[in-house]
Amino acid sequence: MASSGAACFDRAIDTALALLAWLVALLVVGTIGWIVADLLRQGLPRLSWAFLVELPIDAGRSGGIRPILISTLLILGVCLAVSVPIGLATALFLAEFQRGHRGFGPLVRYSLDTLAGVPSIVFGLFGNAFFSITLGLGFSILSGGLTLACMVLPLLIRSMETALRAVPAEHRLAAAALGLPQRVSLLHIVLPAAAPGLAVGLILGIGRALAETAALLFTSGYVDRLPGSLLDSGRALSVHIFDLAMNVPGGASQAAATALVLVALVLLINGFTGWAAQRWLGSLSSAAL
Amino acid sequence: MALHPKPVPAHGARRRRRSVIPWTVAGLAVMSALGGCGRTSDLKLSLSGSSTVAPLAAEIAKRYEASHPGTRVDVQTGGSSRGIADARTGTAQIGLVSRALKPEEANLQATTIAIDGIALIVNAANPVRSLSDGQIRSIYTGSLTNWRQVGGADAAITVVTKAEGRSTLELFLEHFRLDNRRIRASVVIGDNQQGILTVAADPHALGYVSIGTASQEADAGTAIRLLPLAGIAPSLENVRSGRYPLSRPLNLVIQPPAAAGVPPFLAYASSSEVNDLVEAQFFVPPAP
Amino acid sequence: MLKPSSSFHRHPDRPLLWTLRLLSAVAALIVALILLFVLREAWPALHQLGPLRFLHDPGWHPAAGGADAQYGLLPMLAGTLLSSGGAVLLAAPLGLGSALFATSYGPPRLGGLHRQLLQVLGGIPSVVVGFWGLVVLTPLIRQWHPPGQSLLAGILCLTVMILPTTALLSEQAVREVPAESLQAAAALGLSRRATLEGVVLPVARGGLLSAVILASGRALGETMAVLMVAGNVIQVPAAVFDPVRTLTANIALELGYALDLHRAVLFVGGLVLMGVVAVVMALAASLQRSPGHG
Repeated sequence: MASSGAACFDRAIDTALALLAWLVALLVVGTIGWIVADLLRQGLPRLSWAFLVELPIDAGRSGGIRPILISTLLILGVCLAVSVPIGLATALFLAEFQRGHRGFGPLVRYSLDTLAGVPSIVFGLFGNAFFSITLGLGFSILSGGLTLACMVLPLLIRSMETALRAVPAEHRLAAAALGLPQRVSLLHIVLPAAAPGLAVGLILGIGRALAETAALLFTSGYVDRLPGSLLDSGRALSVHIFDLAMNVPGGASQAAATALVLVALVLLINGFTGWAAQRWLGSLSSAAL
Repeated sequence: MALHPKPVPAHGARRRRRSVIPWTVAGLAVMSALGGCGRTSDLKLSLSGSSTVAPLAAEIAKRYEASHPGTRVDVQTGGSSRGIADARTGTAQIGLVSRALKPEEANLQATTIAIDGIALIVNAANPVRSLSDGQIRSIYTGSLTNWRQVGGADAAITVVTKAEGRSTLELFLEHFRLDNRRIRASVVIGDNQQGILTVAADPHALGYVSIGTASQEADAGTAIRLLPLAGIAPSLENVRSGRYPLSRPLNLVIQPPAAAGVPPFLAYASSSEVNDLVEAQFFVPPAP
Repeated sequence: MLKPSSSFHRHPDRPLLWTLRLLSAVAALIVALILLFVLREAWPALHQLGPLRFLHDPGWHPAAGGADAQYGLLPMLAGTLLSSGGAVLLAAPLGLGSALFATSYGPPRLGGLHRQLLQVLGGIPSVVVGFWGLVVLTPLIRQWHPPGQSLLAGILCLTVMILPTTALLSEQAVREVPAESLQAAAALGLSRRATLEGVVLPVARGGLLSAVILASGRALGETMAVLMVAGNVIQVPAAVFDPVRTLTANIALELGYALDLHRAVLFVGGLVLMGVVAVVMALAASLQRSPGHG
């Protein structure tokens, strides 16, 4: 009797949880839908192929966003080229070699977590003082990308470390039992097994980088010309959106259209990252096992 | 370990290739730096400062580049004090400042490229058509708190003011002889556009923003109305004629002596050749 | 507790270890550089005013001349803690709920779509969220209780901003519970609730905590969205409908127009913010260390 009562209770709780999960999902989707629908309503009429390939005219009120799109991709490229190797290496170091609560590893972890709370405008001023002035890179795509790399590092490292730690110890034990050197086991077993988790970290980092405004205003700058090299100043999509929405009267619909392009870009990059991670994971199950 | 002597070099190479990425980036940086050096025969002007002036300066810069091949003009933004600081340190050759220079900045040289007025705005649904200077002062210091007291609906006034340091705030305080410490605000804003959105969304709000921005938005159908100041309508014509009492110059600022290439640009930016650009950004060209 | 994995190998890979150590040191160096930079910028204010002025001054009037100037940071610290705390309290359960939906309660196909949407939200710039909050959300709150721009609006916008972080990382944490454990639970005939409570949540705890930690850092540091919807009046709020100013909004609002000492005081605000984050992280670390993890 008692056990059937408990089962009944379990079922009731289970139904309640299911209901709650659906409710939360609806709420989340509803909010996102609300924001995106608002963007679509304002921005969709402005979107066209010409919008992507033309130069901005009249402070961005008309014309397109070609130089801005290209600058954004270059800034993101610099950011990832620097932050991914450093982030992955640090995450590997913390997850594979520094499992204790003392020493160098936890110190790195703790200071990185603290970095996660530094407001982006302070990153911008830091980037301006360090990369633009001290290192002499000026207002440039390079300064902007490097500043963003500093900014997304904590996010990358923590999420990648979590993903690496989640790889079952048996994988490593099996590799060690086979006498494989550690770098082989890391490269061919641990990393591919952690690929989906690593991809989530990467996706969060890319989203954060593409959405950033304040840090870029002071580093990669405001110039909306087509950049000739990584040392030219280039305006990012987020900076363009900010300027059109907050600083240029009559720019709201162009801002919404630019935001839609940004959202599409995020979707595209995320889709690619997820696909690549799956392929990598697939290569593990077919080749290594 | 001895069982696997061969794979080691291969994997070693692979690992090394990964750690090579930062060096590749550094190499790219150096190469693009050299590339940048190769072009120094071009004249490069750098401007930085006030976000109000930046879009106008960028438009002027584009036209200047088109008519002066070989000259590059880069415009950066970040606030008036940034413009002052960058002009002083030489980080930028020209600073953008959205106010008149202060006495302690007398060692700098300002060129006015446009004039901007400040207008009080209310929501379009608000029946109040005008406020006296005394009423405005009382509302901003918190002694009048309800629209009924000035002939409007029975609703609390949402007082919108600007954040400390903004030149619009300084001008507003100076005109109404107010002390910022006595201001009782319900909402504090940064940029003009934020003020317009706030007032458009709240039928009981009162705020003050740039005239050009406000009249453009009001014409485009945003739910705001500009209030006259001491009986004078806040229009660009009244700012141009100098009758409107609350206006400010938008300045290009340099630390003398001017660097090479700067004087021609300053002359161009304050000439009538760019009047249409000034008007397109809803400002008033300076009197010749 | 897992043993260090290097003990699986009798000869840990020296060159590999040193490469990783070097790159980690670069990461640590970046942290040190940023801390030094903020300290250097804040130093004139700390030196001239002493740390107590920031606690005791009754108001915030940094631009007033000389003796009239006041530098009280406490109301803004309260604004930061309340808005971020509120947002984390909302986003953590929402994130867990959405993770459970995506992993166990929802149909698998919808779970994938759900994840895609969250990733889109993660890439929306905060100015867009702020714009939406200002135009759509605050008028709704105003109808309920004026003036609309308020702590509540700030909390809601922050929640939207950090939701992708909590939801995606929570989902990752829940997903990484080994299949064997789930099979064992199924073999024991445990109900879904019992499996969640007894197997999934304890194992995923570290990952879930990570998600909350990262989200807290993000919420504390977030600027534009809060600036646009929270009203920015400097006061300790008495209710969720009162406007507040956060430390970040204070920096963003005034930095472009601040000179000399005013500028340095704004950096003191940044330093205080880093201190808050450090305390939160220390608390989280002690939570993580307590028994039951791993």
